[in-house]
Amino acid sequence: MTSSRLVAPELTTIEVQGLTREAFLLRATLAAGATYGALSATPYITNALAQEGGGDVDILNFALTLEYLEAAFYTMAVKQVKGLSADEAKLAKKLRDDEDAHVDELTATIKKLGGKPAAKPKVAFAGAFASRAAFLKTSNALEDTGVSAYNGAAPSIKSVEVLAAAGSIVQIEARHAALIRLARGKSPAPLAFDKASMMDEVLKAVQPFIKA
Amino acid sequence: MEHVCARTNYDPGDHVTDTALRELADDPSSRKRFFKMIGGAGAVSAFGVVLAACGDDDKDKASSSSDSTSAGSGDAKADNASDLKIVNYALTLEYLEAEFYKQVLESGMVKDKEIGELAKSIQENEQEHVDALTATAKKLGGTPAPKPKTKFEGVISKGPKTILETAADVENLGAAAYLGQAGNIKSKEVLAAALAIHTVEARHAAALNQLVGRGFKAKKGQGSIPDGPFAKPMDMAAVLKAVQPFIAS
Repeated sequence: MTSSRLVAPELTTIEVQGLTREAFLLRATLAAGATYGALSATPYITNALAQEGGGDVDILNFALTLEYLEAAFYTMAVKQVKGLSADEAKLAKKLRDDEDAHVDELTATIKKLGGKPAAKPKVAFAGAFASRAAFLKTSNALEDTGVSAYNGAAPSIKSVEVLAAAGSIVQIEARHAALIRLARGKSPAPLAFDKASMMDEVLKAVQPFIKA
Repeated sequence: MEHVCARTNYDPGDHVTDTALRELADDPSSRKRFFKMIGGAGAVSAFGVVLAACGDDDKDKASSSSDSTSAGSGDAKADNASDLKIVNYALTLEYLEAEFYKQVLESGMVKDKEIGELAKSIQENEQEHVDALTATAKKLGGTPAPKPKTKFEGVISKGPKTILETAADVENLGAAAYLGQAGNIKSKEVLAAALAIHTVEARHAAALNQLVGRGFKAKKGQGSIPDGPFAKPMDMAAVLKAVQPFIAS
């Protein structure tokens, strides 16, 4: 018998750890393009599903490029931005350290999969460090973009291990985004469902920061 | 629920848990790929343990309720049933969250205008999650989990500090719960939905942690960025145990 304290019988079964996503992905039982109840939930699904092709290494390299960009951004910000409160300065350092760790982790994962890690991009952040407000605004954009990039790419990840790594990183990106948004006096979670962006959208968003 | 794979009528002969997993066990090439991926001999024993420990005693029930005619073994059906369990698990957590904020707002205990607005916006997010997961459960051909009976009175009566700390705890749990399920979800559509909710829970958690004065690392590791650069998942058993105090039997 199941415990009477449980609210749903479904909850008595505990997850079985999946081993590769590959098998799973082919078996989606729902028709592609199926919509989900809440209307607001539809766009992210459509985007996430539109993203096909490439392998896990491609997705990881895409993520690595974004993390390089973020890491460089905070490394420069910590040195250049004036007028941050003590808490904000501490946050900037924390974000720099987190992004550095993400770069290292993604690089290692790509190598483990036998891939070649993407090169560190040359970056340019224009006036983003000129003031506290400019820094926070750019940071906000970068973090929200990071969240939507991972959420858009993750469903196409084939390995469960890679998915777990991406999930553990994107949750931190979301926390970063919330903290930066709070610092700006903005709602930490403006949407009930975070956006999922396709790679080309993300690349377009970060284009201004990457030198050709 | 204290035991990860506790089964009441577990019978490996009759109840094949996870078809994909079984297939993997039988398919040397997949197995090789997997072991290469996680790289280590330790994987062999871990693999064996998972197979030995987990059965799915609900599969037959779930299948027969949604489709009584097909006699096929149906990987798709098993995957569907498995996703439905995860969706209903998430739905239960979202019900708890939505109800908590609703009661908090109704109690009038939160006087601060900004905090009240934050609570209201989070409540609205959670209600949207409830609606979306309910629709998803139906889409999967299942019955959405019922709204649980809750007991938040004790927490709410203690005032704003306890309320916000509890909210932060619950959001951290929620984020960890979604992260813990991502790899188990079979349908890409369901995964995309879960991920879109996962990061919103993380945003709530970070904001609330900040609000209650938890820095990057605080007690029990629940700071605004609690686990350093990498968030930690929680499995279903651990999450359900943690929310147990809020569920009335």
